[in-house]
Amino acid sequence: MKLTGAQALIKSLEMEGVEVMFGLPGGAILPVYDPIIDSTIRHVLVRHEQGAGHMAEGYAHVTGRPGVAMVTSGPAATNIVTPLCDAYMDSVPMVVVTGQVPSSAIGSDAFQECDTTGITMSVTKHNWLVMDAQDIPRIVREAFHIATTGRPGPVLIDVPKDVSMQSMDWYWPDGVDLPGYKPTTIGHPRMIKEAARLIGESRRPVIYAGGGILKSRGAEALRALAELTGIPVVTTLMARGAFPDRHELCLGMPGMHGNYTAVTAMQRADLLIALGSRFDDRVTGKVSGFAPEARIIHVDIDPAELGKVRRPDVPIVGDCRRVIEELVRAVEALGGAASQPDRSEWMAQLRRWQQEYPLRYEQSFDDGGALKPQYVLEQLRDATPDDTIVVSGVGQHQMWTSQYWRFDHPYTWVNSGGLGTMGFAVPAAIGAKVGRPDRMVWAVDGDGCFQMTAQELVTATAERIPVKVAILNNAYLGMVRQWQEMFYEERYSEVYLSPDLPDYVKWAEAMGCVGLRVEHPEEVLPAIEKANEIDDRPVVIDFRTDSAEKVYPMVAAGTSNDDIIVDPAHGEGGR
Amino acid sequence: MSVAVKHHTLSVLVENKAGVLTRIAGLFARRGFNIYSLAVAPTDDERFSRITIVVDVESKPLEQITKQLFKLINVVKISELDPEASVERELVLATVRAGAGGTRGQVIELVQVFEGKIVDVGPDQLTVMMAGTPAKVDDFEDLMRPYGIVELQRTGRVALPKLERQAPRLRSVSGKVG
Repeated sequence: MKLTGAQALIKSLEMEGVEVMFGLPGGAILPVYDPIIDSTIRHVLVRHEQGAGHMAEGYAHVTGRPGVAMVTSGPAATNIVTPLCDAYMDSVPMVVVTGQVPSSAIGSDAFQECDTTGITMSVTKHNWLVMDAQDIPRIVREAFHIATTGRPGPVLIDVPKDVSMQSMDWYWPDGVDLPGYKPTTIGHPRMIKEAARLIGESRRPVIYAGGGILKSRGAEALRALAELTGIPVVTTLMARGAFPDRHELCLGMPGMHGNYTAVTAMQRADLLIALGSRFDDRVTGKVSGFAPEARIIHVDIDPAELGKVRRPDVPIVGDCRRVIEELVRAVEALGGAASQPDRSEWMAQLRRWQQEYPLRYEQSFDDGGALKPQYVLEQLRDATPDDTIVVSGVGQHQMWTSQYWRFDHPYTWVNSGGLGTMGFAVPAAIGAKVGRPDRMVWAVDGDGCFQMTAQELVTATAERIPVKVAILNNAYLGMVRQWQEMFYEERYSEVYLSPDLPDYVKWAEAMGCVGLRVEHPEEVLPAIEKANEIDDRPVVIDFRTDSAEKVYPMVAAGTSNDDIIVDPAHGEGGR
Repeated sequence: MSVAVKHHTLSVLVENKAGVLTRIAGLFARRGFNIYSLAVAPTDDERFSRITIVVDVESKPLEQITKQLFKLINVVKISELDPEASVERELVLATVRAGAGGTRGQVIELVQVFEGKIVDVGPDQLTVMMAGTPAKVDDFEDLMRPYGIVELQRTGRVALPKLERQAPRLRSVSGKVG
């Protein structure tokens, strides 16, 4: 069967089971947009290519399937570099197709030409410049294989316009031939035994669960391990939901804005069982002062993570879920729950910390009392279904959401962890809602973040994707303001945004959404309830929150986790 | 210019595809690793090329360098070549001042001692070639310098494991073997 390169590309995406892609056409990708009309694949037309990338990420986060985005050459390709880097940092499976100028024009500085594969080399797991239409099915097959196996990540296929128009003989490859790509998924049995032995010796263990749990669909395995051994679990920013916050063994989020118990449990632990986590600087604080007494079991599918930051005593390369399942068997072989030492003292200590240092804020209901962002989050959490998907941008609102939400299900939390991409929330929420139309999807965004990508709400309205957005509008680039307050002697430099400019309600309405405004605590719940009832268009609520509110606890950058500042009234460095 | 223990030689088998060298060079740049020397050519199997990289392990531990290299899809196999158990060679081309009435005889004599070759002759200069162990090439370069080196180019080293009585001590650095 003769097809054009463009037809072969769309057919290959169909063969890979793609149901939706996010994109925006342009000159060099024009030939590929023609067969989309006849395809079963839904196309969501975005307003900016960055939106396409983040939507694909949001879709991938909640479904576990690779997100697909398609854009044209040059500026479109550079616009999608941020989502590629974001997906690379957070190991999100994503396939991006870009148009390219005709192959004869490559290197001539042609209109809308850029070296897309060169630019994206360091932010993709792999990329391809297709020079022959005959290669398209093979490359698409390889691309999906690489994006979704091993440590997942983004890949990019750059297709010159003449290659899209070339004729080719259709085929679909049986498999992939990648001699240099064989991820190790099964952990070394001797190492797993050794890990089980260390667990059985440990008096103060902590499971340090990372995003790899979710990527490997390993939440159930994690729960089995924790319950069998009785070991408490911290869930990193990327792993919120991987272990239920409601569970008695759950300690919540560690790190720079983690809660006191999670941070301090790791500091005092004699054993850290790192499962799909990577000792990120936001978790460890000053590395030399991190968990000084702990031995380390480190499980990761990426061998380069083992020993990158902290040398493990027991390194295990493998798929998190499979390794944890083996580890459960190994612990059972040593006698299971009965073989675990008495850890009542450790658990009692953790309980004391939890009681002594809970997350705290104070909402005043007096007339003129400023609305606290944490109060908004608690109200939103309690007024929405348990399995609501929450998406955030980056900054104070992200930390408060992670702290105050109660994540009881995996894949209910979508955010930009590693790259810290402001503007992630709105498009990622749209992608999440496309992936899980059965779920309620709330984006919790900051006013700074919202202004970066809000135009995608036009996409949401046009495509009837009813996401809901809670803007915690404190009129500032809040996290930067917090650092300037704490570390730059309250010298506020270029952080003020104004609560009224833009008028978020009018802006929302102009984009076809319902816009609501909340200024006082008693208006919070009615507004949320009203938003929850609307299911035919997006809703935006402009919550006017207290500009002075800061995220606590906090471990200042470059300091040890031992120097955690619990809240302004409390302990080290409080002011 | 001696290559002490802070350098290690990696023999990297890669798929012979466009852009592979860029991927490797880019990886070194963005991870903050230093390349000391680099030699690339296709192997006897045209699907693959062998890249011999001498890395400066003062910048980052060797283990992290090799693990990151392994993550490149086109990298098939990495072996660390222990200098004790491998043969290493490097080639140097040098244009040296050697006038007919002056030092020409001495330069030719040294080239012969080092089993090199005269590859080009000019009125006042000779271009000479010498291949040998990197240390021997260092010595040769030092001895040529006093005559006046006009231009000099070394290839960077290439290496293969020694054929010992036992199997070659070609140590695979990680589990990924093609």
